[in-house]
Amino acid sequence: MTNNQTSLQSKSGKSVKKCPSGIPGLDQITGGGLPRGRTSLVCGSSGSGKTLFAMEFLINGATTHGDAGVFISFEEDTKELIENVGSLGFEIEQLIADKKISIIQIRVERAELEETGNYDLDGLFIRLGHAIDSIGAKRVAIDTIETLFSALNNERILRSEIGRLFRWLKDKNVTAIVTAERGANTLTRHGLEEYASDCVFLLDQRVQNQIATRHLRIIKYRGSSHGTNEYPFLLNEHGFSVVPITAVSLNYKVSSDLVSTGITQLDELLGGKGYYRGGTIMVSGSTGTGKTSVAAHLIDAACRRGERALFFAFEESPDQFLRNMLSIGIDLKIWADKGLLLFKAVRPTNYGLDTHLASIRYTLDDFQPSVVVLDPVSSFELSGNSAESGAMLMCLVDLIKSRQITSLFTCISKGEGTFEQTELGITSLIDCWISLRNLEQAGERTRALYVLKARGMAHSNNVREFVITNHGVELLDVYVGPNGILTGSAKANQQLKDKLAELASNQDCERRRAMITLKRQAMEAKIAEIQAQFEVERKETEAFLESVEILGKAQESIRSPNKYEM
Amino acid sequence: MTSSSHSAIRKVVQMKEPSDEDNGTASTPEKYMLQLFINGATLRSHNAITNIKAIGENELAGNYELEVVDIHQKPELAAQIELIALPTLIKNFPLPMRRLIGDLSDKKKVLAILDINTQSETGQRS
Repeated sequence: MTNNQTSLQSKSGKSVKKCPSGIPGLDQITGGGLPRGRTSLVCGSSGSGKTLFAMEFLINGATTHGDAGVFISFEEDTKELIENVGSLGFEIEQLIADKKISIIQIRVERAELEETGNYDLDGLFIRLGHAIDSIGAKRVAIDTIETLFSALNNERILRSEIGRLFRWLKDKNVTAIVTAERGANTLTRHGLEEYASDCVFLLDQRVQNQIATRHLRIIKYRGSSHGTNEYPFLLNEHGFSVVPITAVSLNYKVSSDLVSTGITQLDELLGGKGYYRGGTIMVSGSTGTGKTSVAAHLIDAACRRGERALFFAFEESPDQFLRNMLSIGIDLKIWADKGLLLFKAVRPTNYGLDTHLASIRYTLDDFQPSVVVLDPVSSFELSGNSAESGAMLMCLVDLIKSRQITSLFTCISKGEGTFEQTELGITSLIDCWISLRNLEQAGERTRALYVLKARGMAHSNNVREFVITNHGVELLDVYVGPNGILTGSAKANQQLKDKLAELASNQDCERRRAMITLKRQAMEAKIAEIQAQFEVERKETEAFLESVEILGKAQESIRSPNKYEM
Repeated sequence: MTSSSHSAIRKVVQMKEPSDEDNGTASTPEKYMLQLFINGATLRSHNAITNIKAIGENELAGNYELEVVDIHQKPELAAQIELIALPTLIKNFPLPMRRLIGDLSDKKKVLAILDINTQSETGQRS
């Protein structure tokens, strides 16, 4: 749906110009607004919002587009009307004083309209014409012409005059809204849809699962393409707004910045400095695993950087959350006091999903945070069926991502065995999924954290022990043994055992070394001994050999004649 | 509302007795003070005027004051008088105030609503 589409060529070559209603979402689904210069019918049962719809059309015309407007009221009196509209946040009295809006009350009393023959409704036309001309109105709302049906008997005349009215409005070149009551079997109780053949809206209020939701449907819009679905809408202190859930796209800018998770070891697990800005993070785990604490760290880190954070609490009250986080060493109250942290606490079962969506959108627009936490998002399953909650969450993720807000959803997984199943079908929208698990070993429960997925990051596949200390969350290394991972006191035990084993082994080594040394010494001693003995024998042998040699030489000299001695 | 309409423009005023700004104190049967609002010189307006005059002459024996106002000449009166249908006949006096719409061709109804008892006014049985 484009907002610059304000006219559409029909076959005859003329274009259906649109008159913007200023109602958020409505101009989107109608391709620009109501048909200009024509009369649109708004039907619905009592209390469905027809009067406020018409009034907002006029007020937006007067304030934003410079179109003066006339409101013809058959049912409510002017004072009541102004009060009721005031509840929508519209300051209509100033507009009346500035002659931008004129409220005409037409009192219809059956007793004063005794029919005695032929008549026409010129009195009405004259008053209407006078009102339009006196302020140069370009927009008209008539609420509700059906009152005439209860006062006047002669339907033939009445219908003929109503037909004349619609033609007259067209001649006056005003864009008009006529409200009508919903009929039991027909669209309107008295068949007004025959006359307002250009554009018909139906407002509906129904109760599903004990929650009331309002819907708007474009039954007919001649000469224009329009959304044909039912669109939920809201009526609150911001006025009338239509929430086109199906009008979402997948185009949003992405950032390569990283924001810290607030937990140093988790930043490391994610391969660097934390999550991507504008990414969606899900922290899942069964109840009591500490998901909210992880969220609190993210908020703390963001506020420290001076960014605004928004916390939607669906299970806890803000005070309870603050108290709990303070007890683990995270003081978020200082950020709340500085206005950097805003809480919105509401039970999901209070309103329909669409109301939640719209309310979240308003808050995002007003507060403009850079980080949003929804805790826990799995509560939405309670207020709608899975398909609807999934659709709504998809819309929510789109809403948040298109504003480049980093978001963290906590999600309660149903049990230990099912924690990897898609939770509410939104895991495909999640960029980073952190899973917290309870482990039960050696008679105690401990927790483990690991990163199931982190798009676009080289994350670690290690499991860490998740511990909540009184200065926040810490991740410790786990023990990986032959029987799986060990945490907590089992880990401590095992570590002690390992230490002892190591100690024992060291001692063993020492002992052996000592033994070898002794042996070597013994060996060396023996060698010295043998050497000494050898020395002795060698000396003896040498002495003997020497003596034998001397003797031989002496004998030789005696035998020999030539002895020249001296 | 009624006193201010008395000072409106009069196009046609018809009476048999001298005009009185006061409520009919001159004669014993109360004088009918009537206002007829019409929209232009149409057949319907003409019929309305004819019909009420006939009733005035016959059933009221002339004991009435009729003011005819053409709303097309004075459109701002339409909001003032709170007119929806035209023609509209307003009986200001005798009380209670009554309003009738239409060309007054349904004589029986007109008489009944204007509370004109034909027996007492004219002595004739209706």
